Amino acid sequence: MLAIALVLVVTSVSGGHDSGDQYRLAAVVLALVIGAISWFFTRWRVEDGVLRIDRGLFRKSSERFPLHQIQAIDTVRPGLARLLGLAELRIRMAGASGSSGRLAYLKAPHADVLRARLLALAHGVDEAAPAPPEHQLLQVPPARLVVSMLISGPGLLVELLIAAVVGVALLYPSAVGPVVGGGAASILGAVGALWQRLNGEYRMTLAEAPDGLRLRAGLVETSAETIPHGRVQALRMIEPLTWRPFGWVRVEVDVAGKGLKGHQNSPQRRAGRALLPVGNRKQASWLIERVLPGVPVLRTPAPARARWKSPLRYRHLSWASNGGYAITTGGRLRRVTDWVPLAKVQSIRRVEGPLQRRLGLASIHLDTAGRHIYAVARDRDRDEVAHLMASLPRDCRAARRSAG
Amino acid sequence: MTNLSGVGDDIVWQHSSPRLQTLRQCQVALLGLGALVVAVGVPVVLGQVPLGVALGAGVVVCSFVASQLMSRRVRAWGFAERDEDLLVRRGVMFKRLAVIPYGRMQYLEVTAGPFERTVGLSTVQMHTAAAASDARIPGLPTAEANRLRDQLTQLGEHQATGL
Repeated sequence: MLAIALVLVVTSVSGGHDSGDQYRLAAVVLALVIGAISWFFTRWRVEDGVLRIDRGLFRKSSERFPLHQIQAIDTVRPGLARLLGLAELRIRMAGASGSSGRLAYLKAPHADVLRARLLALAHGVDEAAPAPPEHQLLQVPPARLVVSMLISGPGLLVELLIAAVVGVALLYPSAVGPVVGGGAASILGAVGALWQRLNGEYRMTLAEAPDGLRLRAGLVETSAETIPHGRVQALRMIEPLTWRPFGWVRVEVDVAGKGLKGHQNSPQRRAGRALLPVGNRKQASWLIERVLPGVPVLRTPAPARARWKSPLRYRHLSWASNGGYAITTGGRLRRVTDWVPLAKVQSIRRVEGPLQRRLGLASIHLDTAGRHIYAVARDRDRDEVAHLMASLPRDCRAARRSAG
Repeated sequence: MTNLSGVGDDIVWQHSSPRLQTLRQCQVALLGLGALVVAVGVPVVLGQVPLGVALGAGVVVCSFVASQLMSRRVRAWGFAERDEDLLVRRGVMFKRLAVIPYGRMQYLEVTAGPFERTVGLSTVQMHTAAAASDARIPGLPTAEANRLRDQLTQLGEHQATGL
């Protein structure tokens, strides 16, 4: 709400049409008033093991969250709220849909205390007991994040665009107007996406908490999110081409439930939640071993015939599975490695295209409940696939039984 | 038909009702007829009779080919109920085989489009928590579709596990 109001103010200031100004001002004031009313009329209470949140003046809503189903509580502090010393609590529930409740804008220390109390109640521990301490695992230095973004694919693209616009401006000063106008829009869009990513991953700190992994990050908007144990649907490690000289990799995670941040268009929804925005291989493998203990190490590459079908990525294709996990690798310019716990597999699909049929190959897709990460064992030998289609359902079933 | 096994050669595949084949062939024929009318009619009205005849012949050939492809496609749909999961196979060029454990089925839909309804057929569609699971069984008699849905729902509830 406040963000919308700010955007309106900024655009009205830069617009420059006099007659529209008072309408824009009225819209800003209206947005602020609506936001204030919504905040003022939000009430919450804990009764009978249920957290109840009532909100709204004209359109009332009353939500109930059973305490024992609370799985994690995230703390989010948007930029403006930070200035005012406020914080927002997002409550994430167990269950297939993973619905979430929001308690917007409490005073920051009060929010921490409330979070500790709610979690204590959820776990059936005495409210007054102090929260168990977190154990910090690793931290991503901001300099490394900035450098990695500058040399990443989207970063290089933005730099190229800016260089092109500047070059045109210098060489053909008369053509500056339309070129800058056209280029500026796309540059602003790309820069905005990069900024969102920077903001979401700045100074990320990973800590081990009793209820899961705790991720703290943020530049303007800070957030502290919890990834509960056992909700990880899939893990992905990405090695972009431009990062390989530095030996940097990126680790993303898919967690069951609604989007963690609630941004609709942010690149994070497209790219997946970053567990390790940038780090070296040692950190990544240590982290993966921590989140998914017992992953297989040896991998079998694709048969040589696959070169005819996927010449560019043939070298990077491989697959492995033991009783608990499956690993697939692939990717052309950016090597991608996916880990899927077999207990989380939703369905298994075998796909065989005409070229694959001629070469005696097939691919296996392992579908998970996550939004971004999908594991594909590409271009495996047909007999191997036949064997896997018989054994994988059994293994997944066994993994489900032993996990749940 | 190419052997799609690998999940065991003792699978008993069930297929869609033969009425689905008839329905699809009728749809192809109707589309072909419409295309024929346009392909022949428009040039003839504009005075180019040879062009109209050539286009019409082309449409007839295409319709024949489409009808053959459609026939193979309908025959390639199959499903099998096993103890713990459901197998669905489809596709001629891109052969696909999906294994969906009963415990992972979140909900099942029985839908029937207007054409399917005229011949008393329905489609059963299965959903899991993954968006990519796209198992559909078209062309089942409506009573059979409802029975399958109820049975799968019950099996799903018994074997459901959390995310």
